[in-house]
Parts: sequence; structure tokens; C-alpha cells
Amino acid sequence: MYYVVTLATLVTMALALARAVMGPTVYDRVLAVNMFGTKTVLLVSVIAFLFGRPDFIDLALAYALINFIGVFAVLEFFRTRAVRREADEGAGRR
Amino acid sequence: MNAVLDVASWVLLTLGGISVLIGGIGALRLPDLFTRMHAASITDSIGAILVLTGIMLQAGLSLATIKLAAILLFLLLTSPTASNALAAAAMLAGNKPGIDTTGGKDDAQ
Amino acid sequence: MKTSPNQRPAPAGAGHSRAHLMFIALLIAAWVLWSGMFKPLLLGLGAFSCAVAGYIAVRMGYFDTRVFALRFNLRLLRFWAWLLKEIVKSSLEVARVVLARELRLSTRVVEVDTGRLSPVDQVVLGNSITLAPGTLTLAASDGRLLVHALTADGARAIEDGEMLRRVAAVHED
Repeated sequence: MYYVVTLATLVTMALALARAVMGPTVYDRVLAVNMFGTKTVLLVSVIAFLFGRPDFIDLALAYALINFIGVFAVLEFFRTRAVRREADEGAGRR
Repeated sequence: MNAVLDVASWVLLTLGGISVLIGGIGALRLPDLFTRMHAASITDSIGAILVLTGIMLQAGLSLATIKLAAILLFLLLTSPTASNALAAAAMLAGNKPGIDTTGGKDDAQ
Repeated sequence: MKTSPNQRPAPAGAGHSRAHLMFIALLIAAWVLWSGMFKPLLLGLGAFSCAVAGYIAVRMGYFDTRVFALRFNLRLLRFWAWLLKEIVKSSLEVARVVLARELRLSTRVVEVDTGRLSPVDQVVLGNSITLAPGTLTLAASDGRLLVHALTADGARAIEDGEMLRRVAAVHED
């Protein structure tokens, strides 16, 4: 049944959220959020058929695109922050 | 709908649900970032393949199937790319992957 | 982002026009597929957005790097079938590790020399390694891939180099 997949995906999303809250590093959280995003894509696709609304599939694709770009945006943000922090520390030591 | 296709699609969907769940458990249970990425990789590759193929069998030959195939192709192309970016960023930030990151539970070597 | 699109010499050549045409055809197909409506206004908007996307792609130097070196043929399909089999196999292996009562991990990092592959093939190999659960490409530089493997078996499979041979075989003539 669709309900089995829906339930499994929802439980996995809850587990991913738990991992996002627990951390411990920023990258664990990004991984968890990325996982949450791809599970959302699957969930929306399944729900499109569960409720008989094929137009939900377009939303799933849009979500997949946003999720992919979003992960890169967040990673880029943390990368520049790490580089800047390192530069600041280097300047402080000198 | 063809009964054989129906059964095949339910089998695929159930297996997909199970593999997604296993990936979720792994992401919570495994000890460090890089091992967790392996678990997330289960849900991203085999989970997506099984679930989306299962729905495609339900949809039959229609526009929805083509769109689902496009979503599947997109997911399979982007998820390794995102994983690589994440791994590279984590390594740059000083997360070292290695045998000794398993927190003493490693009994293989 | 460092972009200097104005200084870039226009790479208009006979070999490139096919890539341009394929790209535009792909954009138009995507628009028609997702719009599904054939009113003049919507078709006009589609043509406009395809043109903008094409212009941005040219400005980005998308056609300078030969992305279309990846050819679709029977051998690529055969590689995908083999990759699917590998994904299923390694998924079962990782699932066994995850669900075991006691975590038995033997992670290790191995290096793969991909020097004889073209850049596109190196990307295909790296992504295929990442796609199969249990192995993960950490970094790629100078024709060498750094691969993180969850189990010793996975590491051995990577060192064995069967995937490398199969990727190389896709574009062998």
C-alpha cells in the first residue's frame, strides 16, 4: 500500500530531524537536512498518487531542485565562514 | 490494471519503504559523519530507485511516468554531487575520515 | 564567482553547433513537458525562457568544456544495468552493517588512480562510486580519487578496479 511507504518515509524524516538536532557537527546537520529534503521529494511523489493528484509531481521536482541548490548554498556559506574564521585567528596570532 | 504489474509495484514500494527506513536508522545509529553518509546514500540511491519505479508502474504509460523518470534521473545525478560537496567541505573543515573515528567499536583491525 | 565573459573569445565552430542545438532541444522539451499547454502566450514565455537559459549557458562557458562528451549508446545502458546490480548488492551489505546488533565497522580510505580516464569519465566514476552505498568519493584531484569505504569488502572491490574498467569500456572505440 501507499500507506506503508508514506509511513516509512515519515519515520525516516523524523529520524533525519533527530540527527539534525543532535548534530554534533554542522556537516552532520547539513547531511540530515539534505536527507530530509530527498525524502520529501519521495513523500510528495507518493502522496501525488495516494490522493490522486498527479500535479503534485511537479512540486516534487521543484523541491528536488531547491533542495540541491540549497545544500550547495549552505555549504558555501559555512566554507567561507570557516575560511574567514581561520584568517581571523591567523591575524590574531601574528 | 494488469495484476502482475500491480503486485510488482507493491513489492517495489514496500522494499523501497524498508530501505528508506534502514537508511534513516543508519543515519541515527552510525558513529561519525562519513559512515552516516553511507547510510544516507542508501535512502538516496536504492530507496529513490525502488519507490519511484514502484510509482511509475502504478502510473503506467503516461506523462506522470515521464516526469517521475525525470525526477529519478535528477536525483541520481545530483545526490552524489551533493555528497561529494559535503564530504569535501567537511574534510576542508578538518573532519578527518579514518579507521580510528569509529570510537573504539572498531574490531576489524 | 570569477566570471569574465566579455573577454572570452566566442567559440563558435561547426563542432559546437550540435551541442547548442541539443541543449536548446532539451530545454524546449522540458518546457513543453512540464507546461502541457499550447496557448500562444505560454509558448512565447517558454521560448523566452529557453532563450535566456541558452544565453546564460553560453556566458557561463558551458559549451567550452565539452559536457556532451558523454554519449548515449548501448554500452552506457549496459553500464547502468551493471551499476544498478552493484547498488542493490552494496545496499544489502550496508543494510546488514546498519541492522547488526553490534556495529562492526572497518572503514578505510583507499586511493584510485584514474589517470587514463577523460575528465567526464572521472566524474562518472566518482559519482558511480558515491551512488553505490558503502563507498563514497571524498576528493578528486590530479586524476586520483580518494574513496571512503564502510566495509573492508567495499574497499577491496574499489581497489580491484572493476568499476574503473567498466567506465573505461563505455567510451572505448
